Amino acid sequence: MKLTVWTYEGPPHVGAMRVATGMKGLHYVLHAPQGDTYADLLFTMIERRDHRPPVTYTTFQARDLGSDTAGLFKRACQDAYDRFKPEAIIVGASCTAELIQDDPGGLAETMGLDIPVIPLELPSYQRKENFGADETFFQIVRHLAKPMEKTARMSCNIIGPTALGFRHRDDVQEITNLLYELGIEVNVTAPMGATPSDIAKMGQAHFNVLLYPETGEQAARYCEKKFDQPYTKVIPIGAGATYDFIAEVRSLSDSIAQIDTDRLRQTWWSRSVDSTYLTGKRVFIFGDGTHVLTAARIARDEMGFEVAGMGCYNREQARPVRALAKEFGLEALITDDYLEVERTIEALQPEMILGTQMERHIGKRLGIPCAVISAPVHVQDFPARYSPQMGFEGANVIFDTWIHPLVMGLEEHLLHMFREDFEFNDAAGPSHHGGHAPAASAGGAQAPVSDSGKMKPEVQPTGEVIWLDQAERELKKIPFFVRGKARRNTESYAADKGLQEISIDTLYEAKAHFAR
Amino acid sequence: MTDQFTPPPALGCRTSPVLKQRGQREVFCGLTGIIWLHRKIQDAFFLVVGSRTCAHLLQSAAGVMIFAEPRFGTAILEESDLAGLNDTHAELDRTVNELLSRRPDIRQLFLVGSCPSEVIKLDLSRAAERLTQQFAPKVRVLEYSGSGIETTFTQGEDACLAAMVPVLPATNERELLVVGALPDVVEDQMLSLLDGLGVGPVRVLPARSVDTEMGVGENTVYALTQPFLTETHAALERRGAHHLAAPFPFGDEGTTAWLAAIAAEFGVSDEKFKEVTEAPRRRARAAIAQASQPLHGQSAFFFPDSQLEVPLARFLTRECGMTAIEVGMPYIHDAVHGPDLDLLPSGPQISEGQDVDMQLDRCRAARPDLTVCGLGLANPLEAEGLSTKWAIELVFTPVHFYEQAGDLASLFARPLRRKSILGVAAE
Repeated sequence: MKLTVWTYEGPPHVGAMRVATGMKGLHYVLHAPQGDTYADLLFTMIERRDHRPPVTYTTFQARDLGSDTAGLFKRACQDAYDRFKPEAIIVGASCTAELIQDDPGGLAETMGLDIPVIPLELPSYQRKENFGADETFFQIVRHLAKPMEKTARMSCNIIGPTALGFRHRDDVQEITNLLYELGIEVNVTAPMGATPSDIAKMGQAHFNVLLYPETGEQAARYCEKKFDQPYTKVIPIGAGATYDFIAEVRSLSDSIAQIDTDRLRQTWWSRSVDSTYLTGKRVFIFGDGTHVLTAARIARDEMGFEVAGMGCYNREQARPVRALAKEFGLEALITDDYLEVERTIEALQPEMILGTQMERHIGKRLGIPCAVISAPVHVQDFPARYSPQMGFEGANVIFDTWIHPLVMGLEEHLLHMFREDFEFNDAAGPSHHGGHAPAASAGGAQAPVSDSGKMKPEVQPTGEVIWLDQAERELKKIPFFVRGKARRNTESYAADKGLQEISIDTLYEAKAHFAR
Repeated sequence: MTDQFTPPPALGCRTSPVLKQRGQREVFCGLTGIIWLHRKIQDAFFLVVGSRTCAHLLQSAAGVMIFAEPRFGTAILEESDLAGLNDTHAELDRTVNELLSRRPDIRQLFLVGSCPSEVIKLDLSRAAERLTQQFAPKVRVLEYSGSGIETTFTQGEDACLAAMVPVLPATNERELLVVGALPDVVEDQMLSLLDGLGVGPVRVLPARSVDTEMGVGENTVYALTQPFLTETHAALERRGAHHLAAPFPFGDEGTTAWLAAIAAEFGVSDEKFKEVTEAPRRRARAAIAQASQPLHGQSAFFFPDSQLEVPLARFLTRECGMTAIEVGMPYIHDAVHGPDLDLLPSGPQISEGQDVDMQLDRCRAARPDLTVCGLGLANPLEAEGLSTKWAIELVFTPVHFYEQAGDLASLFARPLRRKSILGVAAE
């Protein structure tokens, strides 16, 4: 048993739903009790989809358990076939149905439906959402895709995007346009937007563009082996990665078409004078492996941040994340326990978090600004406007998204100068934060306090080091957005020097020591 | 007392034929009750013994992280737990120890059964007894099931409250017990109304903390504030308490009838009743009249979701001038829902349980002006041009008693107002 207060990933059948909901003409018959229909609202509410997910739940109840849940499954399967007339059906069980061992795949096969029926084995008690999506898409490709003659013109498939993905809709559009500029046709985009008959044609493409390893890698490998289709390894998030991606696509396609890079503003924006305040900002990066790997590179090479820590929640990506962290001189945090992430952030006191919906919340509590870079996401992360993460426009979007939570250059100086001003003070926070000012530094008046009611005192003695009153008052004069760092630096300086107490002098000696 | 109301219909819905279908049900399971119960019972923690799906449901239903650390969590069963039951009990003890050492402020711990824990027949009552012995007197450990194979959405609160009844101490005092979790502000309004009537002592279940004195016995009379509390109702009857049957306190009529049932039991004079209720009734009527204007002459269709459907249909038809096409309930219980069904004019199809696809077909054919449904259906129906009201808001928003009657009407009016503001023509 594992005690969980919040979780980064849902169960594997939710991953399967992300594939089914992204596709067209496919139906998912899910052996599950009634409560599991909650998953529909992830799509209709969080993603604001205008259709119900194409899922029929058997909705078995306690009174069915002694009798004929298998019969219930077959009826639900037949009803779904009759009502929705899908091109293909995927069948599976949720965690509870897995325990009653009805074998939905076997049952569906015996029904003699005249469409492909694809059984899914998604071990709920071992695996999670990303695995579910990856495995489901792989099974669909394995069952439906056939070897075919390659298209006359150079073409590729785009694979990996699903429903409820973090900006998948816009990424696909951006990359489709980029490939078009390179003179490459997109044969099939899957799972998102594809029908089962589209999947059948995947073998026609010359190569595959894998956008999201989390949800498409197994299928990409299968296609490489079966249809002789190499796949791209670079994920085009960030300006540098987009150039690398273009180079990789050129090597797979022999394309020599010129790319218009006028739209890429991020590189100049990063060099513009106001961005000097970004230099050396300490960031902590956490999310799914793919987004973390790309974000780390952007943070260091394209924004001039210092990466203070990084990690991911999906163990499947642990190896590359560990390797990159090592390159950055860090040790990666691989965990799906958000409390551990919170403790790490608290200890590191970064100036910004690049994380998921979870870290946004942690940041709120600790008074650290946060930008969301990865699933799991919130209804806010499905904006009405076009906002890809990939390609050149994605790099622009990321620049904006990351710097908005931060205090801007001139504002930083004004806050410093007028920190005692009655309406331009710590409690007011940066102007663009609106009602979401990091309140921890404001004395806790409107802070989202944890239920235990414990609010971190401004100066918290850690270990044996004690803050003297005067030093504590001096610390409060430092603007809130660097105060956490000052506190941490001073304490570690004091600890290094074996000091028991922190005086004003210690504070300024530490400041001089860490000056950069 | 009820002279200012439309007279009761000659024929109510209590004896109407009920359409019973089964198939896919588009409802939450009872685990979701935890989301409001953990705010209401402030020293309690709810530990679901279940799967990753349960954990995911709770955080999705909670709007993904409203609170830094909610007082609920999931002990996620893993492959190794499914091998043998002895292990599972030891694992559960370990998890509870871990939890209680993290949260020393917790005084009541609810072990909440889920679908997987029920299918593997994990005996949580035994675990609760064992853990109570271990942690008493500081922590009281109780258990109930919120599983989707046993309960729907609001039934979780029912199961939770029913689990608390057997541990209430016995008393012979003549007391009024008001049953059902209400937002604090609403609960305080209710207590002040009852206080004005001179009714007392009044106890409220669930109490905000474990130390609140409360007993139950043959002289206890109780009134339900929520129509989903049928198990709690049965548990209280088993303790000898006496139920005051009444319509539920939604709108002017419901609130007045609910208070009147209590007033009659406690011998409150008509003058006193009028004196206490006149002003809030006047306010409620004025607020409803104003807020319900867009609702007049409009039709409503209720998917079964929160179990509030019958009382709300009664409110909308009798106080807001709507007509009901279909009123679906997850389940119907005559003793609890009868008084509201009596007042609901016959005509709408009353249905129990759900086959969501067939019900959607009926809804599309009827093209109601307003559809009350769960979150999974709302956007798809909006996309088809139907106006919807999410049922979940009726559970999370203060809607009971006089001062909220106008808010209740405006919850339903808002989708229609928005449609007219945006100039979306009904197709």
